[in-house]
Amino acid sequence: MSDEGSAGGTILVVGGGISGITTAVEAAETGYNVVLVEKNPSLGGRVAQLSKYFPKLCPPYCGLEINLKRIKTNPNITCYTLAELESVSGGPGAYDVKIKVNPRYVNDNCTACGKCAEAVSTEIPNEFNFGMDTTKAAYLPHELAFPFRYVLSPKIIGTEDAQKAAAACKYNAIDLDMQPETIELKVGSIVYATGWEPFDATKIENLDVAGKENVINNMQMERLASSNGPTGGRIQRPSDGKEVESIAFVQCAGSRDENYLPYCSAICCLASMKQATYIREQNPDSKVYIFYIDIRAPGKYELFYQRLQEDENVSFIKGKVAQINEDADKGLEVVAEDIQTGNKVRQKVDMVVLATGMVPATAGLPQVETDESGFAIPKPGIYSTGVAKKPMEVAASVQDATGAALKAIQTARD
Amino acid sequence: MTEEQAQPKKIAAYICTGCDIGDSLDIEKLASIPQGSNIETKTHEYLCGEEGAAMIQSDIDGGVNTVIIAACSPRAKTDVFKYDPLTVVTERVNLREGVVWSHEPNDEDTQSMAEDQLKMSIAKAQKAECPDPYKEEISRTILVVGGGITGLTAAAEASKAGSQVVLVEKEPELGGYVAKLKSTFPSSAPYEEPVEPDIQERIKAVEEDGNIKVYTGAKIEKIVGAPGMFDVTIKQNGSSQTERIGAIVLATGFVPYDATKLDHLGYGLDNVVTNFEFEEMAKSGELAQKAPKSVVFIQCAGSRDPEHLPYCSSVCCMTSLKQAKYIRDMDSDAMAYIIYKDMRTPGQYENFYKKMQDDEGVFLTKGEVTGVSEDGGSLVVEATDTLLGEDIKVKADMVVLATGMVPTTAIEDEAAKAAWEEYLRRGREEDQQQPQEEEELPDARMIPSGILNLDYMQGPELPELKNGYGFPDSHYICFPYETRRTGIYAAGPVRHPMDSAASVEDAAGAALKAIQCVELTAQGRAVHPRTWDMTYPDLFTQRCTQCKRCTQECPFGMYNEDEKASPLPNPTRCRRCGVCLGACPERIISFKDFSIDIVGSMGKAFSNPEGKFKVVVFACENDALPALDMAGVNRLKYSPAIRVIPLRCAGNLNLVWVADILSAGADGILILGCKHGDDYQCHFIRGSELCEYRLGKVQETLNRLMLEAERVQFRNIAIEDYDKVPQIIDDFMKRLEEIGPNPFKGF
Repeated sequence: MSDEGSAGGTILVVGGGISGITTAVEAAETGYNVVLVEKNPSLGGRVAQLSKYFPKLCPPYCGLEINLKRIKTNPNITCYTLAELESVSGGPGAYDVKIKVNPRYVNDNCTACGKCAEAVSTEIPNEFNFGMDTTKAAYLPHELAFPFRYVLSPKIIGTEDAQKAAAACKYNAIDLDMQPETIELKVGSIVYATGWEPFDATKIENLDVAGKENVINNMQMERLASSNGPTGGRIQRPSDGKEVESIAFVQCAGSRDENYLPYCSAICCLASMKQATYIREQNPDSKVYIFYIDIRAPGKYELFYQRLQEDENVSFIKGKVAQINEDADKGLEVVAEDIQTGNKVRQKVDMVVLATGMVPATAGLPQVETDESGFAIPKPGIYSTGVAKKPMEVAASVQDATGAALKAIQTARD
Repeated sequence: MTEEQAQPKKIAAYICTGCDIGDSLDIEKLASIPQGSNIETKTHEYLCGEEGAAMIQSDIDGGVNTVIIAACSPRAKTDVFKYDPLTVVTERVNLREGVVWSHEPNDEDTQSMAEDQLKMSIAKAQKAECPDPYKEEISRTILVVGGGITGLTAAAEASKAGSQVVLVEKEPELGGYVAKLKSTFPSSAPYEEPVEPDIQERIKAVEEDGNIKVYTGAKIEKIVGAPGMFDVTIKQNGSSQTERIGAIVLATGFVPYDATKLDHLGYGLDNVVTNFEFEEMAKSGELAQKAPKSVVFIQCAGSRDPEHLPYCSSVCCMTSLKQAKYIRDMDSDAMAYIIYKDMRTPGQYENFYKKMQDDEGVFLTKGEVTGVSEDGGSLVVEATDTLLGEDIKVKADMVVLATGMVPTTAIEDEAAKAAWEEYLRRGREEDQQQPQEEEELPDARMIPSGILNLDYMQGPELPELKNGYGFPDSHYICFPYETRRTGIYAAGPVRHPMDSAASVEDAAGAALKAIQCVELTAQGRAVHPRTWDMTYPDLFTQRCTQCKRCTQECPFGMYNEDEKASPLPNPTRCRRCGVCLGACPERIISFKDFSIDIVGSMGKAFSNPEGKFKVVVFACENDALPALDMAGVNRLKYSPAIRVIPLRCAGNLNLVWVADILSAGADGILILGCKHGDDYQCHFIRGSELCEYRLGKVQETLNRLMLEAERVQFRNIAIEDYDKVPQIIDDFMKRLEEIGPNPFKGF
């Protein structure tokens, strides 16, 4: 290896969340070239959407910033956003891949000055906030977005609004004629770090949550608690903006259930306990009810569970939620059997958070092998890491993704 | 290293007028500042565009070696304003996010802020130099300590990536705990059957691997040196050998929790065994001979228990399920009872749990075990709080205590402990010869386990976190492999409780980090997180007073001492955080682009006329600076009285800056650093904590100078707190206005 790095073949990393970023950075800092492909307009994936990490209750942006700085300062990483892996041929050590880059309608000239957003009037659902609010159709995905460039929604292409955006840009950064582009590359190995989607809780028949405004999932909760979320970080009832005085967390919402997700997503217990601290901090009188089958807080995470148990306003009820009823004011009643006492519990709350599990986002990946739940099984030359491989939390994803970098290097260097 | 003749400075300044800068500031007046210092100054309406970038590049090609770019945040447009760090000093003035986006346009105070920030950058640019990387002949060999599944895997994986490996195992045989297992957990779909361990194949592969040199029955006597140049003395069969090593993987695993402390659960009675003992019985066939008809498994035996191990060992639920299956497979009439707090079978292991739940010979209940006793040749387990709503009594032939895992780093070694205590005692005696003024510095614990025996001033092993239970990690969410000793990476159950499958994956990651460490070290770069950084601390040792602050305060144990007790730097251990620079009262520690003089000059680069408040804000560049930027991106407004100096870490704060800045007439100093304490967020572990510790001292000095202590404040700010930036700054300004202007102003 030369002292200037860039030895061996190139590694393709698909997915720019914490797992993909980690694999990319770790491999690049070891001296290999990396192409990082992300389908969204900016890197960061799910962690960029989290308000805090358990168990330290620290902001995910903190570690993300360091990783982005490592990317910005490393010449070995090439990043494509709004991009998808279209096809793969060849074998370990010599793959030919095609990457489709979708139009951003904003080129590298963009300075992120924001004049395009001022010029347009169309509002679109804000995907970063799971559609809980809207954003201008010319937008910066979020404050820590990398690349730090605006995006034009395809929805306004061809409209007067798009023309206004283009006219407002002094830097010739808006290209309304931008077309999808295909990039062909030769790579030595591939790492799938495509992460996950929250399980769609409307599929859970007995809970029948569709249309119940004050039932949200755990990822939506993260956005509600974030200072750059739809409510500026105030956790309010979606139906009327009321401060939340009582909240129920429904654990294993669809998880550990053969009808939906048979596996345990490994993070939801800790996520709910973390979210309980959000509520408890915002409203000292608030009551939290956590309905669970088993509280899974492995390793030192157990200490976080112990900390929550010390809070007398947080109740842990061992029992699976059978029903969620909505009253006329959109208040909710959670019905469950407390299996320790055998009693039926009916708990009225302002809001319900469904601790929905993680569904691997591996469908349609070229040459991917998956298990029956859709998790990608690593194979020589095409590795998988993070939640695309199995359910895991951020710390485990980082660990796993570092290992995936080594596997990718082993193949790419041959 | 020899000092090369530094190139004469040729500085140029570039002011961008785009992105509201030109519309908000008097650019001509701004440009007159560098011009006044005879610095060629150019303005451009779109500096990061093709034309602007070409303009700068052509000046660099023409001999400019220091560029001052007054435009957007140094965090933006890094792809455009990127020059060879070995030949060009790049200084960015944050006019956009830091000035015009967060302050009133065309306002006298905003203009003053922009001018001062530019003056500060000029002061820096005049003194900053390009790094002269520390490059030495290094070894790229990886040392793996521990020959269990984690160590074997780390060695094999590093070898496959082209590395030479030295593997040291203390037992005569390789294989560790996994070699003692009858089976390991299900590893592939449908995750229902335990599998036979493949440990023998792994051992064979390592033994046959030409890149791997194995020492069994061996111990590490001593590790001297630093990444790339560790000299590791290995003792085997009474003789010692030394290997030159680049980086280290610590894979020494765990020991079972000491069951003799669990007599309340019946340990000591006949037929009460631990899960480890039970496994060995199952493997050896002893269990089959015994043919128990009923076995009770007590989960969390000593785990999740503040009296014993407060944490969860993560694997014991699966172990008991697996062992219940041994009993059921042996005898379809035998019964297994599992009494648990919570069944923890994450991910796909849930399938195995489900399968065992479906087995009618396996009875599972939540419960608290209240006693284990003997009754006429059999055992009786009593439990309360069960799912049956009543207390239960179960008769059993055997009781298995599901005991947890203790990292080997948590186990004291008698000899190592004695040696370490002796070392500390001598140190205290030496200290007593010095004038005593310091109280004890806050520090993490280090357990003398006798594993690595590092020849480091700060001790022979890896420090642990507060309440770390002996696990040697430092940033276990974002950067799980980072220990507090550069180039030493922990993997497997010594890092975190985990099963063998997880250990295999963990080993690969640690091997990567070790390989990466030697790669970066060879290039003269820092390892995590400042991998872009090729500077390193340079000490003017002649002026050293042997106060030991640098050696004690370095979060990574970079310094040793020479025979005169002066600090002896080990540059490849250095993470370039600059905490030592802040610690040194003699101001003798400098980096090429960051020094007491450079920052001091920035702090004094602007005037402090009467009638205007000015405050220097020292901002941690990892968190506070992005928070300030994001406040700007959101166009949040805050006081224009502040003058921002980014620090590598709040721990860089040297008290001499405080004295200099206040005597120059600034009204106050606000340090924005990360949260410290048990859940610290400082990337350099102790930087922000040490900063506050030092401030505890400056306030006495300020009192003596008749300056109010409140003029210097430390505030925690997290990166996400950008919305709180205006409040924090404005509150500080309000308090200063109450105190009144600095009396030194105008002098």
